[in-house]
This record gives sequence, structure tokens and C-alpha cells, in this order.
Amino acid sequence: MIEVSAVTKRYGDKVAVDDLSFTVKPGIVTGFLGPNGAGKSTTMRIILGLDAPTSGTTTVNGKAYRDLAAPLHEIGAMLEARAIHTGRSAYNHLLAMAQTHGIPRTRVDEVIDLVGLSAVARKRAGGFSLGMGQRLGIASALLGDPATVILDEPANGLDPEGILWIRNLLKSLAADGRTVFLSSHLMSEMALTAEHLIVVGRGRLIADTTVSEIVAQASDGAGVHVRTPDAGRLRDLLAREGVTISAGERDVMEIQGLSSDRIGEIAAGASIVLYELTPRTASLEDAFMRLTGDSVDYHASTFAPSAIELERAA
Amino acid sequence: MSTAAITQRTTTAAPARGRVTQAHVLRSEWTKLWSLRSTRWSLLAAVVAQGLLGIAIAAVQMNRWSHLPAHDRLTFDSIDVGVGGYHLAQLAIGVLGVMVITGEYSTGMIRSSFMAVPHRLPVLWAKIGVFSAVTFVLMLISTAVSFFAVQAIVTQHHVQHSIGDPHALRAVVGTALFLTVLGVLATSIGALIRNTAGGIAFFVFVLFVLPGITALLPASVNDSVNPYLPLNAGFTITTSTFENSHHLSPWGGFAVFCAYAAIVLVAAAIGLRRRDA
Repeated sequence: MIEVSAVTKRYGDKVAVDDLSFTVKPGIVTGFLGPNGAGKSTTMRIILGLDAPTSGTTTVNGKAYRDLAAPLHEIGAMLEARAIHTGRSAYNHLLAMAQTHGIPRTRVDEVIDLVGLSAVARKRAGGFSLGMGQRLGIASALLGDPATVILDEPANGLDPEGILWIRNLLKSLAADGRTVFLSSHLMSEMALTAEHLIVVGRGRLIADTTVSEIVAQASDGAGVHVRTPDAGRLRDLLAREGVTISAGERDVMEIQGLSSDRIGEIAAGASIVLYELTPRTASLEDAFMRLTGDSVDYHASTFAPSAIELERAA
Repeated sequence: MSTAAITQRTTTAAPARGRVTQAHVLRSEWTKLWSLRSTRWSLLAAVVAQGLLGIAIAAVQMNRWSHLPAHDRLTFDSIDVGVGGYHLAQLAIGVLGVMVITGEYSTGMIRSSFMAVPHRLPVLWAKIGVFSAVTFVLMLISTAVSFFAVQAIVTQHHVQHSIGDPHALRAVVGTALFLTVLGVLATSIGALIRNTAGGIAFFVFVLFVLPGITALLPASVNDSVNPYLPLNAGFTITTSTFENSHHLSPWGGFAVFCAYAAIVLVAAAIGLRRRDA
């Protein structure tokens, strides 16, 4: 369980996180979604005790991160920016991390196996590809076998194979009953794994809800797609219900203002054959754009280095 | 792909639970220190410099002994030559001392370190502790080897000292102590500056450049300031011969040197706790 209460973080006069509050519930995958520069990484660093908030508090399992006696056993993290000495081998990196908690070497071997780095574990991490670096980051996060895992943009910059690997890993973490808090700027990536979503823009909370609710909201008024050989008759029947009907091809209609259930019932009552009856849903990307459209700091036409600075300030 | 294959368990049957203690963090820093190639090379450089420079200089001096001016022969001090490798070793120890911590900042490793040890200060104490212990042991051995080898070499012209002679033992142990505290100072500077180039530049400025600048001041001012400069204060424990008559006592000077290291260390510790990683 992670709690963020009224957290604000300022860098000079730029506000990276603005009075943000939310709870990451135990046992499920929660997505942390927002455009680049929305304050996701900063919030995660604050949760992990790396950055101090200007005001507000965060707790992990009821305690401030700094007060955890064995943080690696409570919460494992992989940050977007690499957090590994490039001159050290993967094995020695994990060993040094394990030793801070007295975690045995056998667990180091175990996590190396788990992420599939056995062949290169004794090589310098500086020579690792992005995908190997991510795997090492995941291994560090799982080292203490924590019940909670925080991953900052785990799929960023990975090739399709790497993305599939991350996706499967998230599924297995969830299957183990772990709490997963995962940031991304890609809605589609989230929809595959996250049950709950926390959406931020410009450091502010935009939504704290489920994936299906966000899609439902965005789909509101999107209408129902109907294909029937008896379009004329159905149109007359539905017109009485006061709906908006827009016809496409001869036997196709888009109906707004009535649920698909009700349309089906009306058609059945009049013994009208339906070939298709599909409630339209907004795509996840549409939903995301609708939510965050106003809060994207810099649109494509504007070159703004401060957005980059914000992502990794200090 | 079957679900059995993809939902590989990420946990262990009976996970071992540990906790963060200063002893655990020391063990971790020991691993960190020795698992970097740059550390091993720097320490080797320091050992070679400290162990061999004095021997080489003594050998050359003895070879040319009959050609040396009388004054040079009179002022030849086999203790100074025996421990003199530190003039070179101090650079290797200083640079390594800075890099022990700035290497973590430049690579991002510091975030892993602080996530594992959120109180942070145990990391600093462990780094200082491990690096000091390693430096002291290696430098004491190298200095002793150099000291006894030099005495053996200079016996041919009967200018040798025994370890029991005045100042000899103090100079040998003192040199190892000086280099150790120099390493602590360097690591503290590194923790304060958090950047390798900046840290090394500051280290070189304080220790090696500052004396050159004060030398430009009027002699009366320089004489009162100079003994208190970090390096001049620290040197007193390694020698009993001084070019300038204005100098502190061996242990008094060393205490001043330790005070400098302590002040920078405290500043570094405060910064470490307060600043974002």
C-alpha cells in the first residue's frame, strides 16, 4: 500500500507535482499515467525517499520510506534513469544491494535466473543493451522479494520482444498477488496490465479510476452500430424512442441515445433480424487524449527543453 | 505460449528476510569497493608509488653519493626518503577517494544505494570506513616495506636509521595515517561536490594549489597562514625535517589536518541527508 498525501514539489518556480493525493491499493496493478513531464518520475522518487517533497507526505505500508527497517523487502523499484554503476558486473551490483539487508547470495542467483541474465551476469553493466539494463533493474527490484513493486516506464525504449517480456512479467507479478505501481505515457500498455489508473497532467491528479470506467466515460454518447436487412422498419420503430440515427450504407445505422440491450429487445419484439449489434467504444488512446489533452505541457510544435529538465531535474 | 510458461513465479518458497544494519552496509561497501576495476588500479598505483618511489630515489642517491655536494650528504634523511613515496601516492589515494562516491552520482548508482539504505548516512560511514581501513593497511605495509628497504640500501654509506630511532616509527605510521585521512578528506569532498571532475579539481585546489597562492602573500602573512594549510599541517606527521621554520608539531599538525577532514565530512553528511539524490 502506497499513500501519497497532498504532495507538492517545486523546482525553483516550476511546479513538478501539484498537491497530488492518491492511494495505490494492495494486491492489484495500478497504472500511473500521464504525458511526458507530468511529474510521474518525480512522484515516484518522492515515494522512494530520493527527493524530498516541498510539502505533503508519502508512506509505504503506513511508514515514511526513510523509516522502513528493510526497504528492499517492502518495496522494490526500478527507476527510469539507470541506477547502476556502469563499471560493476550485474552479479556484483545485485550482491552489493543484497548485502545491505543481509540477503543471501542464493537469492542473487535466483533473480539473475528469473530475468534471464545468467549468461552476462559477470560482465560489466556498462556494456548492457537497454533491454538488458531493464532486466537488471527488474532483478534489483525483485531482490528483496517485496510485496510491492514500483516500475517507472518499464517498457520505454524496448524492442517488441522486450515489451512482451515486460508484459508477461507484470502478469506474473500480479498473479503472485503483488502490488504493482507502474508508470507509463502509453495508455495501450496500461490497459493490458493495469486494473486501476491514476492519471496525472502537469503534476495534478486528473483521474483516479479503473480502465473500464475511463473507457466508458470517453465512450459516452459514442452510439451503437447496427446492421440489419430490415433497416427501414427498425428505423421507424426506433424513431418513436426519440433517438438520433445516422445511416451509413444501405443496411447500416449508427444509433445514439439508446443502449444496445434496448435496441436488441426492440428488434426481437418486431422479429427483425440483426446481423450486427455493436456498442461503440472510444479507443484507449482517444480516452487518454481526452483526459490529458488540456494538460500536455508542450505540444509537438513547441520545442521546450524545460520539459526534459523536469523529467530528471537535479 | 502457455500461461504456465509466462507466469513463472517471481518469489521464493521461503524468502529470507534481512534488515539494514551498519554491519550489512559495511559488507556491501566492501563488495562495491573491490568490484570496480578503477579501484583496483588506483590502489595498485598507490601501493607501487608508496612502496617503490623511496627505494628508487635512495638507490639513485647512493649510486651518486660520492658526486653529491657535502651539504646534500649532510641533509640526507633516510627516514624522509623511506616514507617519501606518499608525494606520489597521495594523488592516487585522493583521486580514488573522490571517485568512491562521485562514481555513484555520475552513474545513478547512488539512487540504488539510497533506496536500499534510506537513512543514507550509513552509506557514507561505510564508504569512509571501508576505504580508510583499506588505505591504512595497504599504506602501512607499503611504507614499512619502503622504509626498511631504503635503510638496507643506504647502509653502504652509513646514513641509515633504525625504526627505533627518534621520529622513525612515528614517520612510518604517520605516513599511513596521513594518507588515510587524506582519503577521508577526498571522499568527503566527493560527497559534497557530487561530481568527479569538480571533486578532483576542488581536492587539488585545496591541497596543492592553495599553498602556491599563499606563497605570493607577504612573508609575514604567509608564515602565519602557511602552517595551517591542510597539506602543510598534514605533512608534519610524516617528517622531522622542514624547509620552513614555521610549522606545527607532528601531532598538532595532524590534528589540524583531521579537523579539516572532519569539517568537510560533517558538511557532506548534512548535504547527503538534505539534498535530493
